[in-house]
Amino acid sequence: MKRYRLEPRPAPPPGLVLAVSCGAVVAALVVTGFIFLGFGHNPITAYAQLFAATLGDLRGVSEVLRKTVPLLLCGVGLVLAFRLQFWNIGAEGQILAGAAGAAGVALFVPGLGPATLPAMFAAGFVAGAAWGFLPAILKARLGVSEIITTLMMNYIAFYLVQYLILGPWRGQEARGFAYTDRFPPEAALPLLPGTRLPWPTLVVAVALVLFVAFLLSRTRLGFEVRVIGQSAHAARYAGMGFTRVTLLVMGLSAGAAGLAGVGEVAGVHLRLLDPAQISLGYGYTAIIVALLARGHPLATLLTATFLGLVFAMGDTMRVVLGLPFQMTGVISGLVLFFIIAAEPVLRYRLRRAPAAPLQAPEAATPEPAKEVARGARELAD
Amino acid sequence: MELESWLISATARSLAFATPLLLAALGEIVAERAGVVNLGVEGMMVLGALTGFVAAQLGGDPTLGVLAAGLTGGLAALVHAFLAITLRANQYVSGLALTIFGLGLSGVVGRAWQGQPLRNPFRALDVPPLAELPVLGPALFQGQHLMTYAAILAALLLWVLLFKTRLGLSVRSVGESPAAADALGVGVYGLRYGCVVFGGVMAGVAGSYLSLAYRPSWSEGMSAGMGWIALAIAIFAAWNPLKALWGAFLFGACFHLAFRLQGVLPAEFLRLLPYVATIVALTLASLGRSRARRGAPAALGTPYTRGER
Repeated sequence: MKRYRLEPRPAPPPGLVLAVSCGAVVAALVVTGFIFLGFGHNPITAYAQLFAATLGDLRGVSEVLRKTVPLLLCGVGLVLAFRLQFWNIGAEGQILAGAAGAAGVALFVPGLGPATLPAMFAAGFVAGAAWGFLPAILKARLGVSEIITTLMMNYIAFYLVQYLILGPWRGQEARGFAYTDRFPPEAALPLLPGTRLPWPTLVVAVALVLFVAFLLSRTRLGFEVRVIGQSAHAARYAGMGFTRVTLLVMGLSAGAAGLAGVGEVAGVHLRLLDPAQISLGYGYTAIIVALLARGHPLATLLTATFLGLVFAMGDTMRVVLGLPFQMTGVISGLVLFFIIAAEPVLRYRLRRAPAAPLQAPEAATPEPAKEVARGARELAD
Repeated sequence: MELESWLISATARSLAFATPLLLAALGEIVAERAGVVNLGVEGMMVLGALTGFVAAQLGGDPTLGVLAAGLTGGLAALVHAFLAITLRANQYVSGLALTIFGLGLSGVVGRAWQGQPLRNPFRALDVPPLAELPVLGPALFQGQHLMTYAAILAALLLWVLLFKTRLGLSVRSVGESPAAADALGVGVYGLRYGCVVFGGVMAGVAGSYLSLAYRPSWSEGMSAGMGWIALAIAIFAAWNPLKALWGAFLFGACFHLAFRLQGVLPAEFLRLLPYVATIVALTLASLGRSRARRGAPAALGTPYTRGER
């Protein structure tokens, strides 16, 4: 009779992490295939069509990148916040705040000329950061659950943008429609020739990823983030400014999401419009981008591109398969389920147990409790 | 007289708005008392709203809808329970996944039912002797749905169950100190599973109130963040079913106020009122740290493994 036991694995090898993450993604796509089947589509031909439409030509690839940019901006910000154990679920609202900030500059601050776009980016960053400020200060000062406050801020941003486009900012030219006037030409981001991809936001996003990677690994603030994320208790004891770090990190995280909002209005829509059309759930999907990246800013380049692909497929699903865009939510949810379900594979390894186990009755089960418990405590901390 | 009739109708309408919030909050309170956070309330609620509507539309009976919605919520919560309790996964992520998945799936599946009126919705009813009371009658006992009274009754029963019975003591001990409870022979895993699934059933039923009674139809995302507000009520009420009664009524009044002030203030502006109120309420609950922490189960959000500690 063979006996096995689970040993905690302090640092899973990167190859295994990649394999398990890919496995989780494939499992989610398989389950999604069954949903395709339920709607009368052969999953294999459906996926073939989806991949052909998104990766088959330059236009398809540029569409994937267009969806990747906001996910990358929000995702890398969330990586930073999550490293601090700050559960920022509010990227969605921060995107909208950034979009509104940029639109305000584009519409109501004329005469900036070539400084218009930089001013829009600055306004978007500040507006996004401001949107993250309240949950951050409430969390740092009063211990109010940031999960619920950041989420409530999403709804507040949603209805505020609706209010703006229906009320004070409603366009003169927009008869019967709820959106602002079109931005002036100097407020439009240049597109990569032959595509609909605004390249400056892509550059900003990649630069931000590199910056956050540098910040986390090479600076004092990054060190403080890592220590507080490991143990807020120890950090307080060491005299680290919990409030200061929380506000700085949230400012950067929420500001990054604000930049994503700028990219959407200045690069894609060229006006402020219905909030549901500005962010198609990027803020929520960015949570998956960050979790798949497992705290590594550079990994978001990969994970954001993957989810950008899922989003681009969402468009194709509507056109080619006649399935609603909400399929992306289904796939996102499934990916999340499978990622965390696969977590034990990374945390523990199966080992042949020594010949004479100490606790006879318990060791008979392939799951000696102690080791698992120690790992579970690590997970919980 | 005018003020009085306004107050009466405001109370009645607030009660209607409060019903789904109360049902969902009660379920979450039970789950969290057992130590498991479920951020999937919004997702379970919207899935309950859809399946409730579909079952009632096909079966021709709203009661069937409530049953289907409860079953759906329970099944969805079972997924969360498996991940959170058996696999010891991150409860916050699992719940979030449930919400994202639920909103997505209900949008995909529900498209065929979008905008259909329900053939046989729940009828509002008057409670025979009490409805005749001068002020309280119209405020509390006229034109409400049976589910509203069921929700209030559930709050009372759950309070008794949690604080006055052996089972309630076991549930609370599992949330406070699972290891100690386990040592005393309490089935930690079974109780946690039971409480999480109960929470899901309640969230599903809460969703069915939306699509069967409150607005007898299905529209995408009709839970509109109510699941999140229910989570906030659980905190605000310090995990006490009786206090949740007041919390839900307060937020119900907020939704009603937003509805009533239309025309005075822009509608979009008012619709964010309940969400602002949620943040305010949570902040108030946290002022004076001891008060906020008092009700929180000590083992909330942490997985338990037998043999530990």
